[in-house]
Formats: sequence, structure tokens, C-alpha cells
Amino acid sequence: MAVQTLTRFDAYADAPEKKYALYMMMLGFSALALGTFFGPLQAFNYGGLDLYPLLKPVFQNYYQGLSLHGVLNAIVFTQLFAQTIMIYLPARELGLRPNMKLAWASFWMALAGLLIAAVPLLLNEASVLYTFYAPLKASWAFYTGAAIFVLSSYLSIYIALELWLRWRRANPGKITPLATFMAVAFWLMWFLASLGLVVEALFLIPWSLGLLPGVDPLLMRTLFWYTGHPIVYFWLLPAYTLAYVTLPKLAGGKLVSDPLARLVFVLFLLFSVPVGFHHQFADPGIAPYWKFIHTVLTMMVAVPSLITAFTIAASLEVAGRANGGKGLLGWIAALPWHNPTVLAFLLGFLAFIPGGAGGIVNASFNLNQNVHNTVWIPGHFHLQVGTLVTMAAMGTAFWLIPHLTGKPLVARGLAVASQWLWFLGMFIMTFALHWMGFLYAIPRRAHISGSPLAMEAFKESSAWMALNIVSGVILLVAAVLFFYVIFATALQGHRDPKRVLEEVPFAEAISKPEGSGLARVTERVWFWFGLAAVLVVLAYGPVLYQMFTNMLPVPGVRLW
Amino acid sequence: MEHQEHIIERYERAWIFFGLAMIAVFIILIAYMMMTMGNTNPVSTGRIDPTKVRTEGVFANPRVEQIGDEYVAYIQAFSFGYLPNEMRFKVGRKVTFYITAPDVQHGFQVEHTNINVQVIPGEIAKVSYTFSRPGEYRIICNEYCGIGHANMISKLVVEP
Repeated sequence: MAVQTLTRFDAYADAPEKKYALYMMMLGFSALALGTFFGPLQAFNYGGLDLYPLLKPVFQNYYQGLSLHGVLNAIVFTQLFAQTIMIYLPARELGLRPNMKLAWASFWMALAGLLIAAVPLLLNEASVLYTFYAPLKASWAFYTGAAIFVLSSYLSIYIALELWLRWRRANPGKITPLATFMAVAFWLMWFLASLGLVVEALFLIPWSLGLLPGVDPLLMRTLFWYTGHPIVYFWLLPAYTLAYVTLPKLAGGKLVSDPLARLVFVLFLLFSVPVGFHHQFADPGIAPYWKFIHTVLTMMVAVPSLITAFTIAASLEVAGRANGGKGLLGWIAALPWHNPTVLAFLLGFLAFIPGGAGGIVNASFNLNQNVHNTVWIPGHFHLQVGTLVTMAAMGTAFWLIPHLTGKPLVARGLAVASQWLWFLGMFIMTFALHWMGFLYAIPRRAHISGSPLAMEAFKESSAWMALNIVSGVILLVAAVLFFYVIFATALQGHRDPKRVLEEVPFAEAISKPEGSGLARVTERVWFWFGLAAVLVVLAYGPVLYQMFTNMLPVPGVRLW
Repeated sequence: MEHQEHIIERYERAWIFFGLAMIAVFIILIAYMMMTMGNTNPVSTGRIDPTKVRTEGVFANPRVEQIGDEYVAYIQAFSFGYLPNEMRFKVGRKVTFYITAPDVQHGFQVEHTNINVQVIPGEIAKVSYTFSRPGEYRIICNEYCGIGHANMISKLVVEP
């Protein structure tokens, strides 16, 4: 009887932002579930096994599957998770309610954009991959839906800033709490970063509707990468935020330095955006000295990640020692590896180390020649976004869904297993992809398993290809376990608020912001934002000016 | 706690210094290597109307020319192949490739070399290279260019 009355009871009556966060996150995980389904098919492709003919009645070809994989996982899921975390955490931390009308508007806008873009993707009318390089031309609905989806994040920017400014008015002279500070820096960075995509959409939408005869492929590419690199920090920073503000507490310790965490986010605000040419090292049409300037700036953006590595590792050591770990490395064993959330972060950060080292290779103007557009690149970013970012989201879902719904986590053992398998599968796959790209120049996003010519050309790497098949199977099992756990948790009828985390596990800091000169300096958010904008103008202005004034429109084609 | 905090801060500073020093060394190394060890990063030599690549100008007749001791190659990368479809060079001589595309973006990567070009319609890319070993080298398109992308593999031959 008690259970029945509980299900009828509105669990969100006094916390509507919980319902918003739950819907946003579950929409994201639903997109991830469909997008991830294609992942093993891609891994099998690079193992020489072509399963696409079996999907023929529904999905027409490899490139359609790859477009769905890239768009749903890297654009849709990541943005929805950011819209969950970077709104919900500050709201909880400040104890303020976000503007709920706008919050729901952003949810419906994201959903509408997603559905509009999904139609051409599912009909094979937009198999232009995640980068949609012109002159390959997709259906207008793809560009329009994607634009509506991305613009929903502008509502999130407003919601987060309004929340922060409301708090500041009520608390003059106080230092912004950490999670809120991170959210503000994050959304301002995204505003600056997203402008490239917004301007590109202003060309692509009229072009796809037939109102513009052509677009300039180099300009479209440059605008894409203007957003396309900082977007990786848009994916990463929610994971970093969770690692700074929740992981130390979940692991049983404290965050070692609050002011340093602020410095990290200011550095990301400054250096995330003016770095896009490192995706265009192999492009004609951008002068080498501009590429070198972006090389230097890209190297700078490694600094906040290096600081993060230190702070997170030191915070985990504090936790391990508080749990009774002794000696030089004994604290590692004393960490709560049985906690699926902590486990997800630990394994994710472990993968992030070789991923970061590979990123330095990609950012090196000359070394990039050997890996540009080979499978080294998907190997690299599956260690970053595919492992740390995704595992931070998966791990967080294990406590956040119960926290939001009052429904306890189902099958904790499977949750733990899913994270070990995900890590193992990604590690094997990315290892193989790095070597296949570097040693054998195997191209990325090519349907090689469907091409006897390509399989003959790349037969020397067959041992590495076998590893891709193995990883595909492991990752498929990991994904099935993970999605079972979260959907079984969210959809169960049973609420038991005593068995869930009542509050967001905000960590206490050892080194506090009060009295810290560094924290005072970072608090001048608008100054840092202005400086970031100036850096972008300096690093992009002259090149973009030249491109806009020398456009060579090219008509679109459909070749899939 | 006070004590622990100071120890951590000391390591923190040392680590940040190490990180910055490492980044500085990398930047200097990249610049030094690019200046002294040759570089094959493609550069642009101008713009061209892609709709006329097949009919007008040097790319309408894709070819390898020998000029003195050097070669110049004019190459079209199209969906899904390259013209000329086979190229021959003598080992140890400088080859300058000019590459463009009449349709969509392509890649032009020569295996076992540092040649890796993003071929963009409207742009003429230039890259020079001296092959030091004879043999067959595959040319691989590494940018998605449509349904036949994976078949877009060609070769060049370096003769002794």
C-alpha cells in the first residue's frame, strides 16, 4: 500500500529542477544508446567484418551509421549532459531555483531540434558525418534541426548566468562557490566557442534550401573547426567539474585546492577557442605561421589539464589515506573501487593520460603529418571523449538518477562490471587504432570491410584488426549492461529515498578560496571573458577576414 | 592539516613548473625540427574554380612533368580516384605535387612518407618531397568523400 501512494505522490513538487535534470539526462542517455549501438559496427569494420548488409532494410550504409554515431554521441549526448550538470550543480550549490520556464523551453527546443535532425539522418538523407564538410550536402532538415538543438544551449547559458548574478546580488563581495564558478566559466567559453557553428549554419541552411548557389568549402571547414576543437572542452569540462566537486567526497576525501581549480577553468576559458587550426595543419589556404600560432596556443591548453591531473590525483591520495591506505602506493588500493561512480572516474582518468599524450602529438604541427585523418585520430578521441567524458557521465548517472528520482540503483554489480568492460574494450580498441593509423596509414571513417581493394591494401595490419573485433564485442556487452542498469533504475516503480544520496556530494576543500589572492583574481569573470574574446579576434580575425572577403562558392553534391 | 596543505602546495608548484617547461620544450622542438628537417606541410598556391578543374587550366590535363632534375605533378583527386592514376619518379629527385579537387574534399596521403594533404575544392595545394627509397607507395584518400571512399586508393612508383 505504501508503495502505491508513493508512486502517485509527485516526487518533484518541491524540487522541479530535479525533474528537469532527470529528463535532460535521460534524453541524452537515450541518444547515446542509439548512437553507441553503431560503435561496435565501426569496430568490426576496422576488423574487416562488415555487418551493414544485415541492417540493409533499416540502415542503408556504413556512412549513415557513422553519421548517427558521431552526431548522437558527440553532439547530442554531450550537450544534453552539459545542460543537465552545469545547470543542476550550481542550482543545488547556491540553493536557488533556476528559471524553470526557460529550463523546460531549453529541453523542448533540444528535443525538437533532435527530432527534426533525426528524420534525414534515419532516412540516409544526411550521411555527411559529424563534420558535415561542404560541398557534401545534406537535407535542410539536418542543418536546421542541428541549429535548433545547439541554440537550445543558449537558453542554458542564460539560465546559468542569471542564477549566478542573482546569487551575487544577494551575496555582494563573496567568492562564487566552486561549482557555480565552473559553470559560469564553462558557459561563457561555450558562447564564444559556438559562434563558428552558428555562423556556419547561416550559410548551410540557405544553401541546403537552394537559396544560395554555393558555399566556400575552406571557409565552412574553418568555421566548423573554430567550434570543433573547443567543443571537446564543452564535452570535457562537465566531467572535470564532477571530478573536482564530487569525486573527492565520493572517494572519501577532500579537494586539495579550490583556488587552483578556478585557475584551471579560467585557463580553459582563455585557451579553448583560439586553437582550431591544429585540425587544419594539412589544409592549403591557411598560412603556416598562423598554424604555428595555433600550435603554441594548443600547447597552452594542455596546461590546465596537467594541473587537473595533479589536483585530482592529490585529492584521491588524500581520500585513500583517509580510508586507511599506507605507504607510497597503498592509498590507491584503499580507494573505493567497488563504488561504480568512483571506479568510472578512476578508469576514465587512467585512459586520459595516454589520450592526453596523443593529443600533444596531434597538436604538434609536424608530427601531425603522420597521423592526420588516419585511424590514429578516432583512437585518440575515444580515449578522451569515449572514455573519460563518457565514463564520468555513466559513473555520475549511478548516483544522480537515484538522487533525482529517489529510486535506488538497480544491479550495482552489473554497474561495476559495465565500467571495467568499457575501460577494457576502449583500451584495446584505441591501442589498435593508434598503431593502425601510425604504422599503416589506414584512413579514418572508411568502409574498408566493404571494399576488397582496401582489405587487400591493408592486409599487413590484420593482427591489429583482430583486436578491433575483440574490443567491439567487449564494448557491446559493456553498453548493454550499462543501459540496462540506468533504464532499469529510472523506470522502476519503487522509490526509497532512504537508500539514495539526498544531497549532491559536494566535496570540501583543504585549500579554501577565502583569503586566496588567486581566487580573487579569477573572480573577475567578465575581464577573463573579454580577454578570451580578444585572443580569439587576434588568432582568427585576420584569417577569417581574408576568407570572408575571398569566397569561392561551390555547389553541393550528394555522393552517398 | 596545515602541514599537509603546505607540502601539497610545494609539489603543486613544482608540477606546474614542470608542465610549463615541458610545453616550452615541445614548442621549441617543433619549431627547430620544422626549420631544419624539411617540412611537408601543404601550402596553398592559389584558388581555382572547382567546376572548371576538369575542363580548363593545368589540372584539365593531369600529368607528371620532368623539368631538369626535378618533377612536377598536377593531380586531380576526385570521387573516387586520382588522375593521373599512376605516377613514376626516379629515386632521389625532388617531386613537387600540385593537387586540387573538382567535386568534394579528399585526402592525399602517401604511405611511409610525411605527405598528407587535405584536398579542398577551390584550393591548389602544393607539397614537395624527395623519395629516398625505390618501391611502390600507396596513395590513400583519408577524407570521407562519398560511398566509394574506401576504394579511393592509388599508387606511385619510385624507380631505382
